[in-house]
Amino acid sequence: MNRAKHTLIPTRVQAMAPGMTGGTGALQGGRTIRFQPVNVGRYFVWGLAAVLFAVAPLIFTSGFAVTLLSQMGIFIIFCLSYNVIFGQGGMLSFGHAVYSGLGAFFAIHALNWIGAGTLSLPVALIPLVGGLAGAFFGVLFGYVTTKKSGTPFAMITLGIGELVFACSLMFPGFFGGEGGITTNRVVGEPFLGITFGPQIQVYYLVALWCFASMIAMFAFSHTPLGRISNAVRDNPERVEFIGYNTQRVRYLVLIVSAFFAGVSGGLTAINFEIVSAENVSAVRSGGVLLATFIGGAGFFFGPILGAVVFAFAAIALSEFTKAWQLYLGVFFVLMVMYAPGGLASIILMNLRVAKYGKFRRLLDPYWGLLLTGAAALLGIVAVVELTYFRTLEGFSGSKTTLFGLPVDSASPEVWLTVIVLLVAAAAGFEAMRRRFKREWDVVQEEIEEQVAREVKL
Amino acid sequence: MTLEFALISLLNGLSYGLLLFMLSSGLTLIFSMMGVLNFAHASFYMLGAYIAYAISTVVGFWPALVLAPLLVGLLGAGVERFGLRKVHKWGHVPELLFTFGLTFIIVELVQMIWGKAAVPYRIPAELEGPMFTLFTTTFPAYRGFMMGVAVAMLVAIWLLLTRTRIGLVIQAALTHPEAVESLGHNVPRVFMLVFGGGSALAGLAGVIGGNAFVTEPAMAAFVGSIIFVVVVVGGMGSLAGAFVASLLIGILQTFAVAVDASLGGLLDGFGVAPAADSALNTILVLKVSQVAPVLPYLLLVLILIFRPKGLMGTREG
Repeated sequence: MNRAKHTLIPTRVQAMAPGMTGGTGALQGGRTIRFQPVNVGRYFVWGLAAVLFAVAPLIFTSGFAVTLLSQMGIFIIFCLSYNVIFGQGGMLSFGHAVYSGLGAFFAIHALNWIGAGTLSLPVALIPLVGGLAGAFFGVLFGYVTTKKSGTPFAMITLGIGELVFACSLMFPGFFGGEGGITTNRVVGEPFLGITFGPQIQVYYLVALWCFASMIAMFAFSHTPLGRISNAVRDNPERVEFIGYNTQRVRYLVLIVSAFFAGVSGGLTAINFEIVSAENVSAVRSGGVLLATFIGGAGFFFGPILGAVVFAFAAIALSEFTKAWQLYLGVFFVLMVMYAPGGLASIILMNLRVAKYGKFRRLLDPYWGLLLTGAAALLGIVAVVELTYFRTLEGFSGSKTTLFGLPVDSASPEVWLTVIVLLVAAAAGFEAMRRRFKREWDVVQEEIEEQVAREVKL
Repeated sequence: MTLEFALISLLNGLSYGLLLFMLSSGLTLIFSMMGVLNFAHASFYMLGAYIAYAISTVVGFWPALVLAPLLVGLLGAGVERFGLRKVHKWGHVPELLFTFGLTFIIVELVQMIWGKAAVPYRIPAELEGPMFTLFTTTFPAYRGFMMGVAVAMLVAIWLLLTRTRIGLVIQAALTHPEAVESLGHNVPRVFMLVFGGGSALAGLAGVIGGNAFVTEPAMAAFVGSIIFVVVVVGGMGSLAGAFVASLLIGILQTFAVAVDASLGGLLDGFGVAPAADSALNTILVLKVSQVAPVLPYLLLVLILIFRPKGLMGTREG
């Protein structure tokens, strides 16, 4: 939907004949005329994003919040870089952490060199080192991986990821073995009193790089290369017919993506002051895929949304429960099954319903869905937490707390209550889901009809 | 390298390679039929091991050998029927992602039920001890049993696919699903059967592999990436290729972990010794046994550069 709108704006109008445009002889040289109306909405959204970046740590001032925000910023760059190949280029990669991780390793070595005095570079430019390292490995590995597309591409990236991970444990000199490489980010001359010692200064560095990367990647998606990579995703055969080398397009796009992944890796090195083999592991690669898909790979802002949700789940949720990966996995599978467009598509679909003034009709089913869903979620969480407790900590007694209430994980009454709640809520949810789907389908059909009428007029 | 070492390593490599084939055969069947690379295949292998452990603590190993694969097969069929089939309409990438998400859920469920540490899943008492002694090294009876089960399974699959009616329908549905459907066969049900069958094979591999190695939550991730290498190296969708690649990688890895030689040592033999602190030296001092985990992936990259179809593949993805 988003894409279609952009392609309607002609950005290049080739002047065919001088008479046509009433121009002078200069046009005979094949000058291009650009027609690009000022997109006020776009400037507004970007301005809002900039303001959000600036004021977020002023609203959430606790140390934990600033740490969380910094990691979100880094993860946003990583997810957006992933979406350059996944959502926009149609390449499903299971080894994207290779580029961010190797970028992080080069960045942390660069930081150490600055500390030792062998390299003179402002710390603020360290992410650039990571980006260049990422791009270098993009050139190297991309040559092999982009020979293929589709499922074989996915498998090869998985192989490359495992290869790099195994290598990272083989060369302790560069990768630091199990312990990783540590550094101190407070090195070099302070610039305007900025030492990057306090976390808030690191946050603003992350925010600056994140905002710049967002703009750069958005701009990239509008370049001819970015556009043709959309075409390669949708119909590679046809792209070959109009004279493009799809393999070359995939290769170039991967290098660009690897550069931004490396930038996020460089920021990771500054933020954590430690980089280990975990940074190139399959867990990282899987995480970025999960986050991007949950957010919505089909839209530019989808991965941003996904990164925020995922970072929040990984950091905040893991404080409360050991089973957060299970919840995330279930959430991901449900998204794949019922909303393959991700959170972004859910939001946009609802906005469309609201735009045609039919949201009120969905309100009732939504409430039903929400209430039964919350009850079912409560039941699932209770079962999962109790089971986890019994398996992992049950040896130290059966008393635990659930949602702040003291419960005995060995008592049959507790289990019976929980299971009855779960079954009842699940049944209610299924009924509500069917009702919602009926109403939703009717509304969508009406909107489609209305759109078709408008087009005719 | 003595003859004794070579023979024993070859036998160990064969038994490991056959185990890999039990896994990759199911994966290949599912892939060539449904076009889905089942990411969760190794998770079914893990489930097989854990379920067999749970059953064997109650009724012993032999009932578990039969029951666990059946249970895993049922689970697999359920996953296809209630999960994958719904995703099918979105295309292959969401299908792949669905199975990818499933790996997260299965590993977490296994940790939830059996804990994060390895479980004491042992080989049955009847199969402990040596099978035969080669020069001075003994070959464990259980390894022989593993090879026996794998070969029996291989023959059974081959007979099923080539000699039975359902096998013919499966083969036909691989290439011409529409034609098979219009002949009145229920193709979605055939898909479900193949997915369940492939999962059951993975479960069987888990039952006999879980106690030969370690039954722990990390076992799926450990084997998972190797069997993908096997499938790509052998050629996507080729059963014979998967067989050859499984044995090749099994033998390659078994030999590699046992060899202590390094490139530096080889150069030393020629009287050439690089400076101890040179960057090159970090590569030269690596022993072959240290490089062993990387070898399958290196093979994968080399195959993709020089023979993109895979060893016996017919199509280039």
